[in-house]
Amino acid sequence: MSRRQVGWAAVAAGFLAFFVAVPPLTVRTPALPIALGLIGLCLGVWSLAGGEKRHGWGGIAAAVVGMAGGIAATQSGVGNLERVIVWSALFAAMLRYATPLIFASLGGLFCERSGVINIALEGMLLTGAFFAVLGADVTGSWFLGVVIGMAAGGLLALIHAVFAVSLRADQIVSGTALNFLAFGITTYLYLNRYGAEGTPTDLPQVPDVNLPLIEDIPFFGDVFGQVNLLIWIGLALVLVTWVVVFRTPSGLRLRSAGENPLAAETAGLSVVRTRYLAVITSGMLAGAGGAYLSIGFVHSFSQNMTVGKGFIALAALIFGRWRPGGALMAALLFGFSTALAQRLPVFSPSAATLFQALPYVLTLVAVAGVVGRSIPPAAIGRPLERS
Amino acid sequence: MSTPDDDLPIAPTPEAPGEGAPMTVAGRLSGYLRGGGIVTPLLTALLAFAVGGLVVALTGKDPIATYRAIFDGTGLNWFFPWISSDDRTVAALNLQQTLIVTTPLILTGLAVAFAFRCGLFNIGGQGQYLVGSYMAVWLGSSFDGMPSVLHIVLCIVGACAAGAAWGGIAGLLKATTGANEVITTIMLNWIALWVGVWLVNLNGPLQNTEQKSVPVSPDIAEGAKLPVFWGDPELQGLHIGLFIALASLLVFWVLLNRTVTGYEVRAVGFNPDAARAAGISVSRNYILVMAICGLFAGLAASLDVLGWQFRVARNDIEISQIGFLGIAVALLGRNTAIGTFFSALLFGALLTGTSVRNLDPLVFPPELATALTSIIQGLIVLFVSADILVVYLWRLRRRIRRPGGKAPAESKAVAT
Repeated sequence: MSRRQVGWAAVAAGFLAFFVAVPPLTVRTPALPIALGLIGLCLGVWSLAGGEKRHGWGGIAAAVVGMAGGIAATQSGVGNLERVIVWSALFAAMLRYATPLIFASLGGLFCERSGVINIALEGMLLTGAFFAVLGADVTGSWFLGVVIGMAAGGLLALIHAVFAVSLRADQIVSGTALNFLAFGITTYLYLNRYGAEGTPTDLPQVPDVNLPLIEDIPFFGDVFGQVNLLIWIGLALVLVTWVVVFRTPSGLRLRSAGENPLAAETAGLSVVRTRYLAVITSGMLAGAGGAYLSIGFVHSFSQNMTVGKGFIALAALIFGRWRPGGALMAALLFGFSTALAQRLPVFSPSAATLFQALPYVLTLVAVAGVVGRSIPPAAIGRPLERS
Repeated sequence: MSTPDDDLPIAPTPEAPGEGAPMTVAGRLSGYLRGGGIVTPLLTALLAFAVGGLVVALTGKDPIATYRAIFDGTGLNWFFPWISSDDRTVAALNLQQTLIVTTPLILTGLAVAFAFRCGLFNIGGQGQYLVGSYMAVWLGSSFDGMPSVLHIVLCIVGACAAGAAWGGIAGLLKATTGANEVITTIMLNWIALWVGVWLVNLNGPLQNTEQKSVPVSPDIAEGAKLPVFWGDPELQGLHIGLFIALASLLVFWVLLNRTVTGYEVRAVGFNPDAARAAGISVSRNYILVMAICGLFAGLAASLDVLGWQFRVARNDIEISQIGFLGIAVALLGRNTAIGTFFSALLFGALLTGTSVRNLDPLVFPPELATALTSIIQGLIVLFVSADILVVYLWRLRRRIRRPGGKAPAESKAVAT
């Protein structure tokens, strides 16, 4: 067993320390979580001593957190535990919270793989969310609503492309500007059209998909039996993105524009055109994520309703090392933390609001912990310099 | 998950060396400064207002009447010698409000500008401002009966320290792990927001004990309030915090241009690699700069709390934009002391002119005008990001006026 595997074993022990103390097992004595946590701690230290810094520290952290969580769980009431830790409901909620992140981080993947930083994902999500509501409201069709939301996200991305690619603007500053702009425009149009009443309650909604076969399976049925159409599309897009970016000629062009634009240009590829297409694709994907948020999930729009989800998606992309599968996993992790944060108030209503910060703390830790080992496309943020 | 693509030619990590990296932010800035004197920021602002007016016109409202109404609410007509004395009384009240808002904007602008000069983009001014305000309101409401001057100093120092610590976290993460400060500061903003909501929410640790049903902090003690030097203290007159903000502009200029620290900061901003080669500790500067930025933002918060807010409400925490506006203030002011002052005045006037209190709802709904402020703010930052755009337009105009002028190649060379 290599020291790296020992590190993973430490992580597993930490997870188990927490898992045994919550439903369905619900061990009531703190001894078992403590024992498992200590085993994890030892394994982590052993891995660390073998030179596996990252896995070792990860194992130690997982063991400590798992042990603390497990002990806390044994000390709280069984009734509360059973209300909070309903795995199927938690996983279903995780999918719902993760989907906007999946769409946006896949969008970010296209953009950043082509060499353009996309801080404006947040604004694109927000734009998509508002225009999907507006489109659905005006046309009376959820499908056209999603299309209009995507188009609006794409349009905002086009502005980003003009500034970042053609005008060679500082991409982080122009992205930040677009976030302000998206916030201003959506708020302006929202108040101008819907005012104090808010969006209509009878908005067309993206339908759920019922799978009769799966619905009866105990656990999977509760999670996947009735899931929004856009969630399935989002999951499918992860696979599509992987195929397109890593298994097709156009994907190779995309990546070469982001890794070595001069060489790509020399080989006859139009880097400018590739980057334009990538940025617009990213806006449309983020727009679709916003559309899911507004007309697929909460069925309304409110000012600044994305509350930083675009940045969390960007963090998911970095955490997932600019790869679709990794971004999916990271998005699910952030989605799970949000789902958990929504249920924790059972334990302490006054601290309930504090739990809202959990996804942001997790994002902060993830970004700080992974950068340096997560290598972005080489030419990211650098406009193409033609002599 | 292993695919052949794991073996893509791996370039050096992005944060560290830049083989011919085009331009650092500070490098761009110096080009921008050479590019067009005072004209470019003016043009940038005009262009932003024009596009903002276009949005107003497209939604079926009169942009000129709207801007007029906004201007009348700013109180800037106080400077016009010809207005009647009645108008002047109203204008004085409005101008006091404008300057009250300008005060924190100067400081949150400096919080962004200072980071820019070191090549960092501090979007965390909002979070640093918020933590500063919690600290100020906690200290201000705690030690009732303390000597006034001492109490004020305590609150200000506490808020500055809180802001500096919050900003320092981002600097520390950047210095030790290379985490991009844009993402970390934004996450810190949200964390600061939720911590604040928790603090003042019902049954929160800092909730007002007399108003059990309102999510608001206790009022600060009388002795901790800043004296008002213009206008009626009962009517939210102008407090002396303005002078502290103006003094900070001077401190900013001296620190940056006349001290070793400032030299190092600018050197890191121009080119971190060259600075490192010259023996400057880049990571130390990152931490220091972010802490100083947080200090400015915390100071802004303390002046707001001690000067006119006197308490922090949940609603204020959630809708406050002062820290974010600092980004536009700094960028429009080109990260210089004098520029920051004027653009803070511009945004202070815009915020006051579009406030519910000052804008005539018959001409234009104030809540829409607030959104218009966000649009203009976004446009200004957008246009500044592409410095080349405005400079190019400006030169184009000159070329048209002088037929046979130089080819565009020259303007590009200057702008980049």
